[in-house]
Amino acid sequence: MSLWKIAWRSVQQRGLASALTAVSMALGVMLVVVVLTIHGVVSKSFRSNSTLGYNMIVGARGGSLQLTLNTVYYLSKPVENISYDYYLEFLSQERRAEELKHSIAYNSMQAERRVSEIQVMASSAAGPPGLHSLGTFLALDAVTEAAEEELGGNRSGKYAPYCDFVIPLCLGDYFGNYRVIGTTPALFDDFYYDLDNELKYEIEQGRNFHHFDEENGYFESVVGGAVARDMNVKVGDKINPSHGVPGGHTHQRQFTVVGILALSGTPNDRAVFVNMEGFYLMEDHALDLKKGEDEEDPEAAADEAAETNADPMHDDHQHDLEQKIEPLPVEQRQITSMLARTNSPIVVPGLVKTINREKEAQAVLPVEEIYGLFNVIVRPIQNALLLLTGMICLVSGVSILVSIYNSMSDRRHEIAVMRALGAGRGTVMSVILFESVILSLGGGLVGWIAAHSMNALASPWVEAQTGVSIAFWSLAPKENILALISYEMEWMIYPELLLIPALILLAIIVGFLPAMSAYRTDVAKSLGK
Amino acid sequence: MLLLEKVKKTYIEPDGSPLPILDIPRFAVAKGEQMVLVGRSGCGKTTLLHVIAGISSADSGSITLDEVDITQFSEAGRDRIRADKLGYVFQTFNLLQGFTALENVMLGMTFGRSRKDSSRARDLLDRVGLAHRMTHKPSTMSVGEQQRVAVARALANRPRILLADEPTANIDPSNQQLIIDLIRERCEEEEVALVMVTHSTEVAEQFDRVDRLKDINRVISDVKPTKPKSENSKREIS
Repeated sequence: MSLWKIAWRSVQQRGLASALTAVSMALGVMLVVVVLTIHGVVSKSFRSNSTLGYNMIVGARGGSLQLTLNTVYYLSKPVENISYDYYLEFLSQERRAEELKHSIAYNSMQAERRVSEIQVMASSAAGPPGLHSLGTFLALDAVTEAAEEELGGNRSGKYAPYCDFVIPLCLGDYFGNYRVIGTTPALFDDFYYDLDNELKYEIEQGRNFHHFDEENGYFESVVGGAVARDMNVKVGDKINPSHGVPGGHTHQRQFTVVGILALSGTPNDRAVFVNMEGFYLMEDHALDLKKGEDEEDPEAAADEAAETNADPMHDDHQHDLEQKIEPLPVEQRQITSMLARTNSPIVVPGLVKTINREKEAQAVLPVEEIYGLFNVIVRPIQNALLLLTGMICLVSGVSILVSIYNSMSDRRHEIAVMRALGAGRGTVMSVILFESVILSLGGGLVGWIAAHSMNALASPWVEAQTGVSIAFWSLAPKENILALISYEMEWMIYPELLLIPALILLAIIVGFLPAMSAYRTDVAKSLGK
Repeated sequence: MLLLEKVKKTYIEPDGSPLPILDIPRFAVAKGEQMVLVGRSGCGKTTLLHVIAGISSADSGSITLDEVDITQFSEAGRDRIRADKLGYVFQTFNLLQGFTALENVMLGMTFGRSRKDSSRARDLLDRVGLAHRMTHKPSTMSVGEQQRVAVARALANRPRILLADEPTANIDPSNQQLIIDLIRERCEEEEVALVMVTHSTEVAEQFDRVDRLKDINRVISDVKPTKPKSENSKREIS
């Protein structure tokens, strides 16, 4: 018969006391595992966007963390905006020209109007009509070229050579409590949020919004999975963002939902993405033009028309109006931030330094910010919780000590009998230590199963809230436990696996006192007859 | 097989004064021999068994078992001797209550170097008439049955000598002879020497050799001897 069996029989013999002691240990371990799981979920949720698919955020100067929270998690107060011109500095010549064409056209239109006025004045003066026409043509051409020159439409952005792609984000509106983000279709068409695994955001229902759609104009949106579920939004619905804060003034402008994102466990689940062109065309989103310029902005007339034709009976009319709306010129645009991926990691430090040296914007490295936030705020809280639950385990360990130690006076006779049968002092000591290990590991196993059962039960809710799925067998993510000693050393291990040696060690420590008591048992005295 | 020479044992009283218990010039038991020790209560019979078993250490003298002086051994060494070469039957059976009859018997071979053979444990229980009670715990057994389990346990490690400390004292008269016969038969069968302590003249009368402790222990030699109740009792005392 093994010493383990002898120890187990002893545990069985004191069934109730053993069960209560094991339950106390089970509760302690369950709390540790739950905290580790929460740690894992928070960590995974936090870091799910750390393989962001981009390595730099450019936004208004100010708090780098706030910019990161705003851009990556759509959290915190909105930051200031940066000029659209600055965004254009990250685009290739071709894309700049594309972006600027409305502004050039707009400037040309303004110039044409002025030339027409001059023409009217000139026609009253003497001279051949052909000469007037030639003069007008040359003047228009010169103005268009000047506008193109001024806007920089015929050159590449100064940061464009260093970037693979840039996606602009415009924040500031809400749909319910969810952020509305104006962006380009590229976010879902071309962008890989996990480059290694070539993962794009998946649209579960419908399609991505278009830059311009025959039916919906510039007013299409794609809704995050959690938003669609919570707000009961379906493809084809129309949504009205509210301005500035949740529950703020509701824009008259409606966006048609054309797609619903699959849950990805990222903050995008809890956001609404609208076409940036439509975003700009909402009231209060256009910048005022410089003084002296024509302040009639393109959306004003459309908004007015739309408001007067809010009656559904006039849908066709409104549709016609929306077809006529032109995108806002760049002079009237701003963006909140942009997501950029450099074409090489080598250029990152220099690029960040250069951008930050300028007054207009700042560049931050989101992964650095996320890890910084995680290490500064989240990790200490979790470490404190782990410490607390570790203390609970320690208390449970003490209860093992008390339970076994209290039983020792009743068990001296048994120990003496074993000694009389030839068991050495070390052997009876081992039996007591094994008993302590059985209670500790047994309780720990029950606690582990209880915690993982709870995880499995809570999994649907956790997944809905964070996008992180936790199955029964899911272990808390690996940690570098040597980081406690030095960040230069690394040994990645599942922290739950450390529970086994920790519980054995605890059992040996708390079992030592009663084991010593067994060790010192006076056989002749305890044996009696 | 067993030889005690000049063995002395003294306890210290709570007030610090010495209390001599044993002073045995010589005591020997041959291989397979069966004998009883008799003596009044408190004369040191159990202490003598404890010293032979190595449960208590002698203050001086030698105890040779199978030509090995166990007094030269450390406590751990004496534990091993006890586990390998000695069997012990207690007056109060001393079965572990949380274990079944079979497990109690197997406990007897757990600490020794002999093979942990459950078939031997079953066989022993069968031979003491408890084949049908193997999975029963002591609390569900009669005292007679418990003592039979204790006998099986004491023989489990194939000992060279069996020490039995008043094995029938707590047993009803109808079972006493059964236990004595059982112990003697099993010891004879396995060629195990037997040293049995008893107060019972009926038991003592059955043995060829009956030693009175007062005759072998100088500490109590001046005490009035207990008169042997059998004329047939023999002494082999040096």
